[in-house]
Amino acid sequence: MSETPPTLLDVRGLACRFGGLQAVADLDFAVRAGEIKAIIGPNGAGKTTLFNMISGVIAPSAGQILLSGEPIDRLPAFQRARRGLGRTFQNLQIFREMTVLENVMVGCHTRSHCGTAQAILRTSSARSEEHAIRGRSQALLARVGLSERAGEPAGSLSFGDSKLLEIARALAASPRLLLLDEPAAGTSHDAALRVGELIRELNRDGLTVLLVEHNMGLVMDVSHSILVLDHGRKIAEGRPAAVRDDPAVLAAYLGEDDDA
Amino acid sequence: MAKPSDAVDPIAAVTDTGTRDPGGRVFFGARSALLLFFLALLPIPLFGFNDYIVSLGTNFLINLILIASLNVLMGYCGQISLGHAGFYGLGAYAAGIVSARLGVNPWLGLPIACLVSALAALVIGIPALRLRGHYLAMATLGFNAILAVLFDQLVSWTGGPNGLLGVKPLALGNFVLSSQARIFPLVWLCAALVMFALLNLIQSRVGRAIRAIATSEVAAQSLGIDAFRYKLIVFVLTAAMAGLAGSLYVESNLYASPESFGFSPSILLVAMVALGGWARYGGAILGALIYTGAPELLRTFQDAQLLIFGAGMIAVLLFFPGGLAAVGDSFVRFWQRPRP
Repeated sequence: MSETPPTLLDVRGLACRFGGLQAVADLDFAVRAGEIKAIIGPNGAGKTTLFNMISGVIAPSAGQILLSGEPIDRLPAFQRARRGLGRTFQNLQIFREMTVLENVMVGCHTRSHCGTAQAILRTSSARSEEHAIRGRSQALLARVGLSERAGEPAGSLSFGDSKLLEIARALAASPRLLLLDEPAAGTSHDAALRVGELIRELNRDGLTVLLVEHNMGLVMDVSHSILVLDHGRKIAEGRPAAVRDDPAVLAAYLGEDDDA
Repeated sequence: MAKPSDAVDPIAAVTDTGTRDPGGRVFFGARSALLLFFLALLPIPLFGFNDYIVSLGTNFLINLILIASLNVLMGYCGQISLGHAGFYGLGAYAAGIVSARLGVNPWLGLPIACLVSALAALVIGIPALRLRGHYLAMATLGFNAILAVLFDQLVSWTGGPNGLLGVKPLALGNFVLSSQARIFPLVWLCAALVMFALLNLIQSRVGRAIRAIATSEVAAQSLGIDAFRYKLIVFVLTAAMAGLAGSLYVESNLYASPESFGFSPSILLVAMVALGGWARYGGAILGALIYTGAPELLRTFQDAQLLIFGAGMIAVLLFFPGGLAAVGDSFVRFWQRPRP
């Protein structure tokens, strides 16, 4: 990247405290439009807490979150989603009772307009919109490779396929920034490679990705930059190669306590 | 604020395949099946049945409105209401009082009943649905308890424990809907409208949002769904339907008394939703059949009635946790099993 693209997500002085536990402390970082940024760190480093604060599941104790320069930290989660923030969940949150296709169709919510009265009256505009949503959702399932499972209950999918379904569902809303919470966790090596390939493809089409992942192979492979958290604090940030050799990062991962 | 058009469309390059999934066909089937079901019920008053048989048909359709609407609120949207009979009673008394006490055209009782129940739901729902959890169950429980006292104590309006008398029947010109056979077509029409409205709703974008909220409110919100708004819409809409059922009840019986709308019928309605099949569209029909038919069939057992009813309910839910509609599903699966 020769010239600096604009900042899409700007996190300033973000903190989260649960009682006596400082889960995230005074965190600053930015995600540039078009980049893939990974957040890594040992268990309990505050990665999922950070995602939950950005997407609006939990409220930060301090700090600011800006999406394209607009503060979003006071908005409810659904408003953030409407402003272009998409996410997946570490502990799956698929709609198990619905079919695979219906899950993705739910993802099209912000891109469609049929209201309650139109739904009840089944107006022609509601029906044509429904048809469009269905086609779009099928295309998205094809993109993540789940077309054959479209009519099956989502609860019957394997763990890895459920992760892919969550990605397709999040993509259905056409997010500007996609937060992926451990998309390859608990999946096979091949599935992790497929997820990596998918992330790269989506990024090539212009999607900005913020990724939490424990699979270092995947992280090193796809990320443009990496942010390392330990005990809720940033201990390193930079290009994959630089972060890999950073002594502070090695210390955090190998458990060497630097008494500095 | 950025418009959605600024957003990257991840599938802009992929063309719409235009194919239909199996879901589309199933939906078409549900609509025709519902139409056939209602057409089959229409001739009930024409076959010269006695008033008792026709009244069973009327009760069944009223119960169907109640159970189907409660199923959408609880089964599809996941919001527990323990006061559905309260909204039912509110509609019944609103329509009954309009007709018996205020002396206005009894037809006005129907929309007024819907409106009164909907307003009550709005007042309860705004504080109770803001939070995730079982606040609605507690609020509706309290609401029903308060209503039971009011129906009993506001004697000058409701007639108190003796019941509300003097409800004037509906009339179309000189044709007075005073017999069961005459009011049946109106109840039939209202039930059909409610059932089609609910079917259309659950199969729409709104219906998917509602079902998403029931499974994971966090995930639904992450997709831009305003959970509070949809929960409130469903709660108010289903309360209005219960109010409509109440107005039909009072106009077909020309009477209302407090025990029909207390805590115990509210609980039984919840049980019927579960017995018929949680979040299964056809389950409400089965639930309404049992709710209407079981007391008649078990009448000979007198005091043992409730015992047998309760034991039967436990047995069904023990063996078929999905309710009676799930029994039908297992038959279909058995029928469609791969054969040699």
